[in-house]
Amino acid sequence: MSRRLAHSPAGETAIAVQDLTFAWPGGAPVLDIPELHIARNEKVFVEGPSGSGKSTLLGLIGGVLTPARGKVMLLGQNLGALSAAGRDRFRAEHLGIVFQMFNLLPYLSLIDNVILPCRFSLRRREAALAATGTLTGEARRLLAHLGLKDEALLRRPVTQLSVGQQQRVAAARALIGGPEILIADEPTSALDARAQGRFLELLIEECERAQSALVFVSHDTALSRFFTRTIALPEVNRAAQAPEEEGA
Amino acid sequence: MNRFFFLPLAARSLMNRRVTALLTLFAIALSVMLFLGVEKIRLGAKESFDNTISGTDLIVGARSGSVNLLLYSVFRIGDATNNITWESYRAFAEHPDTAWTVPISLGDSHRGFRVMGTTGAYFEHYQYGQRRPLEFGEGAPFEDVFDAVLGAEVASRLGYELGDAITLSHGIGETSFANHENKPFRVAGILKRTGTPVDSTVHVPLEGIEAIHLGWESGARSPLAALYTPERVRQMELQPAEITAFFMGLKSRIAALKVQREINQYKSEPLQAVIPGVALSQLWRVVSVAETALTSIAAFVVFTGLLGMLTAIMTSLNERRREMAILRSVGARPWMIFALLMSEAALLALAGALCGIAAIYTALTAARSFIEAQLGIFLGALQPGLYDLYLILAVVGAALLLGLFPALRAYRNSLADGLTVRV
Ligand SMILES: Nc1ncnc2c1ncn2[C@@H]1O[C@H](COP(=O)(O)OP(=O)(O)OP(=O)(O)O)[C@@H](O)[C@H]1O
Ligand SMILES: [Mg+2]
Repeated sequence: MSRRLAHSPAGETAIAVQDLTFAWPGGAPVLDIPELHIARNEKVFVEGPSGSGKSTLLGLIGGVLTPARGKVMLLGQNLGALSAAGRDRFRAEHLGIVFQMFNLLPYLSLIDNVILPCRFSLRRREAALAATGTLTGEARRLLAHLGLKDEALLRRPVTQLSVGQQQRVAAARALIGGPEILIADEPTSALDARAQGRFLELLIEECERAQSALVFVSHDTALSRFFTRTIALPEVNRAAQAPEEEGA
Repeated sequence: MNRFFFLPLAARSLMNRRVTALLTLFAIALSVMLFLGVEKIRLGAKESFDNTISGTDLIVGARSGSVNLLLYSVFRIGDATNNITWESYRAFAEHPDTAWTVPISLGDSHRGFRVMGTTGAYFEHYQYGQRRPLEFGEGAPFEDVFDAVLGAEVASRLGYELGDAITLSHGIGETSFANHENKPFRVAGILKRTGTPVDSTVHVPLEGIEAIHLGWESGARSPLAALYTPERVRQMELQPAEITAFFMGLKSRIAALKVQREINQYKSEPLQAVIPGVALSQLWRVVSVAETALTSIAAFVVFTGLLGMLTAIMTSLNERRREMAILRSVGARPWMIFALLMSEAALLALAGALCGIAAIYTALTAARSFIEAQLGIFLGALQPGLYDLYLILAVVGAALLLGLFPALRAYRNSLADGLTVRV
């Protein structure tokens, strides 16, 4: 898909974090990151032990959490300069998100789960329509790429899918409408090694196809081989380096 | 984007939790049903109450309270403290403003139903509802001293037909031992149903009342009583010395206040005249305390139904944090989460209220004849109207108010949880 190349050449910065600090209410600082850059064509693996602040970092990048200090820039846009509503809209338009598990709304069909972001973002809706002609068609195309082709399977209630299948549906949802940035919070932790590998290959392939930057966090360092770059969160996070601050 | 996309989402989310949702809906429907049922019956009762007597300008009895006079003369509840003399009655019966009078004499009973002594004029002049006269279902007014005319309820409950013989009891009470069994009455007529206390009354001629009490002057049977056989009695002059009360129609209604004053100031005997409409509304004021209590209880039941809904939504919130986080991750704004929960509360309340209203109208329509026959309450037209619309609005409004709690909570959760999916 070359539709996004025109205005976003490879090498352009997707995510830039500067002097970022964050603490949960009443807690010690979880994150203190002087600098972090992720380019548009990168597939980045962020690893760190449990409780090191990986999910918190994704929340900040997703614009759902606001930093105590510092800046998060996405595609050149300073999130801090946007209103809460503006950040929500920005997320809907430019970000695809995959969680660790339970990614799907049980009351929507598989296809409806995939096209959910198109209900919130006109831009992604139009991009999806431009790609295949119909939202359902685009959903099917993405699902097929991710190895979900079987018609009977597509008609099943999402609660009857295996975890691996659910995660692939979630990936299709994150990818629909070609958001520039995909963030994934340990989406493979419930899968066995073979399924993990297969899922990651498909996810990375699709991100490449859509020219989306991928930020993938996990505590499982074995996964780093799939990515173009690995960032160890404790190394870039000064809050983790001060020994008295990490109790858990 | 369709700004109301969350309505179908709310509906589908509810469908996904259909057991809880249905139970909640059922509770709301039931409570709305109860509320509306109470309301309809209450209005019907008030209507029937107001329609108990009409066309009568004054009711006259011994001086006591106006509500008491109304209770015993019209509703057959309680007893007169005193009787009034035949002379006083005649004095006002012949008053120049008087169009008609109907004397009544109470105090006996038949198997739990009150017996009222009166004259044939009663069937001519007594009116109820929108000035409806009494009508005979079978038979005719009394001709003989020992003829009786039964109210519809008496006849149907006791299974009497024309020509049956009935024995009156002295005093009031189902198991009176003092029976006037040597002077049975013959059923000469049965009235059509009126939905008023007339249905539960046994009417006999004033002379009949007089006759059965011959030899009972002390209040109990004396050996003399046996001497008065029906045959002998028919030959006697049976004009009563006293009656309990009388109904009065005037030539012009404008005279009512004047005649009332005259009666109240009558020198020979302490009398009291009441205007039925005035006394009815006084009495209703007493009854309306219970009425208000009933309505408040019904309203509280609706509130309880809605509280059930609040509980159901509140408990669902925790297991739905995931749902909220997913919606947030695909770009739902916090207000949309708020709206999602509000519309859920509104949908439940709306569906519950609609079901409840449909159910109560169906039930009342089905039970209508039973209610009219057994309770004497006429329900009027049973069609949903403006009132029901207001009720729906009130229920949905209250649901939205209560829905604020879970909605605000979900709103705050969705801000605090960020993108972490909590299970
Ligand atoms: N909603 C919250 N409120 C308060 N504290 C929180 C919240 N979420 C996380 N924390 C705290 O912030 C720290 C970092 O948590 P985070 O979830 O970002 O870790 P993580 O690296 O994603 O861990 P894991 O690999 O187990 O998912 C932890 O100490 C955690 O207790
Ligand atoms: Mg985490």
